[in-house]
Amino acid sequence: MPQEFQGSFLLLKSAPHMNADDALCLEICYEMLDFRQFMTEKLQDPSRMDYSMRTDPNNQAKITNQGENQILNNGRVQSWDPKTMLNNLSFLEQKIHRLQELVHMIIGQKDQVSSNQDEVFTQQQQLITADLTSIIVQLISTAGCLLPSVNPSPLQLNGVLFPPATSSGTGMMPQNNDGQAQQNISDVKSFEQSNQVDLTANSVTEINCNSMEEDHELKDDDEGKEEHLPPGSYEILQLEKEEILAPHTHFCTICGKGFKRDANLRMHMRGHGDEYKTPAALAKPNKESSSEKVLLKRYSCPFVGCKRNKDHKKFQPLKTILCVKNHYKRTHCDKSYICSRCHTKKFSVMADLKTHEKHCGRDKWLCSCGTTFSRKDKLFGHITLFQGHTPAIPLEDNKATLGPSNPTENNEATNKTADVGFNFGSNSVNVNGIENLMDVKGDVEDPYLSLLNYECSLSGLQDFPPANYDDTSSSFSFLISGEKNAV
Amino acid sequence: MNRMEMLNEELIFTILDYLHEDEDPLALKSFSLTCKSFCTLESRHRRSAKLLCPDLLAAVLRRYNRLSHLDLSLCPRVDDALLTTLTLSSFLSSLRSLKLTRCRFVTRLGMADLRPNLVELDLSNATELTDSAASAISRAKNLRKLWLVRCKLVSDMAIGCIAVGCSELRSISLKWCLRVTDLGVGLLALKCTQLRYLDLSYVPITEKCLNSVLQLAYLEDLILVGCLGIDDDGLASLKESCGTMRTLDLSNCQNISHIGLSNMTRGAGYLHQLTLSYGAAVGTHLYPAFFNLCFSCFLKLTVTVDVVKCLQNFSMLQCLKLDGCDVTSSALKMIGNWCGSLRELSLIKCSGVTDEGISAIAKRHTGLRKLGITCCRKITSFAIDCVTRSCTSLTCLKMEACSLVSKEAFSLIGHRCQFLEELDVTDDDLDDQGLKYISRCSRLFSLKLGICLNITDEGLIHVGMHCSRLKELDLYRAMRVTDVGISAVAQGCGILESINMAYCDKITDASLISLSKCGKLKALEMRGCPRITSVGLAAIAAGCRQLAILDIKKCHKIDNSGMIPLPQYSQNLKQINLSYCSVTDVGLLALASISRLQNMTILHLCGLSPNGLAAALLACGGLKKVKLHTSFKALLHPSLLEHMESRGCVFQWRDKPFQPQATPCAGGGFVQKRTSNVIEQV
Repeated sequence: MPQEFQGSFLLLKSAPHMNADDALCLEICYEMLDFRQFMTEKLQDPSRMDYSMRTDPNNQAKITNQGENQILNNGRVQSWDPKTMLNNLSFLEQKIHRLQELVHMIIGQKDQVSSNQDEVFTQQQQLITADLTSIIVQLISTAGCLLPSVNPSPLQLNGVLFPPATSSGTGMMPQNNDGQAQQNISDVKSFEQSNQVDLTANSVTEINCNSMEEDHELKDDDEGKEEHLPPGSYEILQLEKEEILAPHTHFCTICGKGFKRDANLRMHMRGHGDEYKTPAALAKPNKESSSEKVLLKRYSCPFVGCKRNKDHKKFQPLKTILCVKNHYKRTHCDKSYICSRCHTKKFSVMADLKTHEKHCGRDKWLCSCGTTFSRKDKLFGHITLFQGHTPAIPLEDNKATLGPSNPTENNEATNKTADVGFNFGSNSVNVNGIENLMDVKGDVEDPYLSLLNYECSLSGLQDFPPANYDDTSSSFSFLISGEKNAV
Repeated sequence: MNRMEMLNEELIFTILDYLHEDEDPLALKSFSLTCKSFCTLESRHRRSAKLLCPDLLAAVLRRYNRLSHLDLSLCPRVDDALLTTLTLSSFLSSLRSLKLTRCRFVTRLGMADLRPNLVELDLSNATELTDSAASAISRAKNLRKLWLVRCKLVSDMAIGCIAVGCSELRSISLKWCLRVTDLGVGLLALKCTQLRYLDLSYVPITEKCLNSVLQLAYLEDLILVGCLGIDDDGLASLKESCGTMRTLDLSNCQNISHIGLSNMTRGAGYLHQLTLSYGAAVGTHLYPAFFNLCFSCFLKLTVTVDVVKCLQNFSMLQCLKLDGCDVTSSALKMIGNWCGSLRELSLIKCSGVTDEGISAIAKRHTGLRKLGITCCRKITSFAIDCVTRSCTSLTCLKMEACSLVSKEAFSLIGHRCQFLEELDVTDDDLDDQGLKYISRCSRLFSLKLGICLNITDEGLIHVGMHCSRLKELDLYRAMRVTDVGISAVAQGCGILESINMAYCDKITDASLISLSKCGKLKALEMRGCPRITSVGLAAIAAGCRQLAILDIKKCHKIDNSGMIPLPQYSQNLKQINLSYCSVTDVGLLALASISRLQNMTILHLCGLSPNGLAAALLACGGLKKVKLHTSFKALLHPSLLEHMESRGCVFQWRDKPFQPQATPCAGGGFVQKRTSNVIEQV
């Protein structure tokens, strides 16, 4: 569920002291009913429309074509108009904005205590619930026209009417969308996803589904390696930020559960009925027929100004979706994963963190000044540079026993070495403890332990105690004692 | 009034200076036993001490408080406690040099107690020395010489500590330190700028560290035996090497050819000694490197000193060892044409050495002192003729297994090489006549006549008559030698120190009785002499008080009665081989009371019981190494073995089958084995 929606729901739940406000209610009602008027406004002023998510007209055309191709391949002609869809979405966006404002207002009034609290609260709740319901229904109907299983004209659902999209000449709209609007659109889209609607509406995502063979968390190796393709030899696709950051790319059309891999989704689908258990349903969806010449796909980063963005002068395309995801997270996102061992290293990709954690705190090459190095040659370079610095050797080579220590970086050198020493000490203490335990356990005749004790006492003696030899002859012991006397 | 008291301190100290322990271990003892004042003076004079038993350390330190050199390498167990005693001793402020070879029990705690004023430290063969222990060495700021041979656990980290701490180091040996890499050596070269001697044999280094090593301003000796990581490609990147280098040893560096060598020696104008034993194919390709060397030497000198002096100093390279290389005849001729003057040339086991090559070298390098042509099987008397004619100052000639050299060659040697001191004619075609000529070399102190099957007593009588300086005589499998010859040698060579009569099966107790007059005899090997009995051994024990090494393997007639006199007289005995003798528990126990005994080989003693063996092992406190048959491993109590090991004794288990008493024949197998042994020692 998108964050903002979540936020709203939370607010609804956590605002028990809402104040009834008639004006507000009226406004909402008005808003609900004034759909038609809004749409006409919008159509009259095309500049207000949040149209283009894709900045590249060529690309869009391609994508559209692709979507159509796919539909054609499926052997079914769909009568849906993207423009209508867009109108619907814009409307939805507007509505959500209003609702947001409403909830904001409610929060603002929360502090004012009034007498008829409960009553007002219920009213508000009902209002918002109704509002949301209408949004949801509209959304479903919007998406429903895309579903192969649904009737192509389900515009009338539960009495909520969508306006017929009369205008077909909107064409390519100039890009005037502000960030917020775009955000909302995508939120809506996410909402769609979570509401049992397949993502086939978005052709890019469709590509995404097909090419996502690997896990999200996998690391791409070839991001660093540059390939030099001639500019025209591949097609550039650009995912939006939200698509890149979406946790799941595959959604169940029935329950809405999200998955990272389509295979997992297919496995999940089995639980929804026998029709999903057929070999055909479980089989990997076939790729595009190989007869067509498949143009190489390369990806562009949506971040303007980035070298990976297609508008950059020295544009370097990204090879796969995975590359896009990791690149975007690494370069343009906050590094939210913090290493639990050193508490200093931060990562934006989980796999990077895991890789780091594998090595963090291990094989630390330590200098006497307290600086640590991950590599021995770096340490020796440091020692070469600084007079008087020496390699610091952990006590009695306890490299193996050095557990995941968490030395804080700000500590002084002495503290740090003391840390190491302490670790070692505690280890040895543990060992002793175990030994003691064994001793306690072995108070009965334990041959192993008794042997141990025996040997210990033996090594402490200067001369070998003859009493321990039961099998030695008497002459032998005599010789021993004689030898002792001689010495 | 005691006249001795009239001698002042300086005079007594001068007298003491002449009493060398190596020559006569009892001299100083008897001196100090003369009177109390002598005893005090001796203890004040003594600078070095070699301990056999660690228990005596405290007493030694109390008595000799001016010791500067302490050798604990013979102590079977050197541990932390011992080192702590050493440090705590207030008497030992003067200690400068400490030898701790084979101390397997020293840890970080012991090393941390080392005195910071040490100048020399030998920790060789401390195979269990850890990094943390070794890094404690860095506290000795004044350390000049450090030996870490075969410290297999020591890694770069400890070497780094040492490099930073001991910046005064002059000599260091890291031979067989298998965990040291380029990083450690590189840091060492950067931090210890005073280094003169650097031994990196068998260290897994590559050329990466050599750049900094060769930049050392004072480096004189660089030993790189068996550094397989160094190859031509790496050496190509080297910068100018240091001009002070005198010795370069590249033996067993199989990946270096003449190209790498020329790169490495570029600018090394003062090179005195070059060893390339067992390297890669050194064919005719070799001489460009030598030329390079000569040429660079020339250039350097013309720049610095005047031309005349340059010509005089042209012969900087004095010692060349090419053991085991494939040397072609033309390469040898090239060496012959080369204007330097070699003192020492070793071509041992070089295939392709011919008469022409040797004669070319001999004509040019007339100052040759030492020549090794062992196993150069193509060499004939012609080469020996040339060598003896030109190189009259030859002192050492090793020509083992030169089977084509005829009898006449030995007369040439005898006539022309008056300065000859060492001669190895093992496995040559030598007869009594030849030996007679050889005996004319009256300065001989080492003569090896092994497997010379034609020599008899007659030849040995000549040796006994003329070679009075002989110290070492090898008669291994000279099977025609009898008591007469041995007696002649024993009579004539009074300072004989080592004799090998192995498998001379004709000799009897009479030989030993005559040898017992050689009071300096230290090593006696007579394995496989079945006629020798305990009587002879008893005579040796009574006469040769300095005997340290005794091999009586397969002397079946020697029994317990031969062992009894040994502890009584030969208290210096260090090593004994008793295999196949008729000694039983009693004899072994008697032997065990020799406090210096460190090394025992006891295989196939029929009369030995496990209990007797256990008793002997326990009684003999100084044991360091015992070779036993595997069957005893099960018979001895495991805790006994553990106890022995904790005392510092190492057991070596052998599983050789019992060889029944038979006449050993001098078959090809024996000869082959013998020859290969010699080569390995070289």
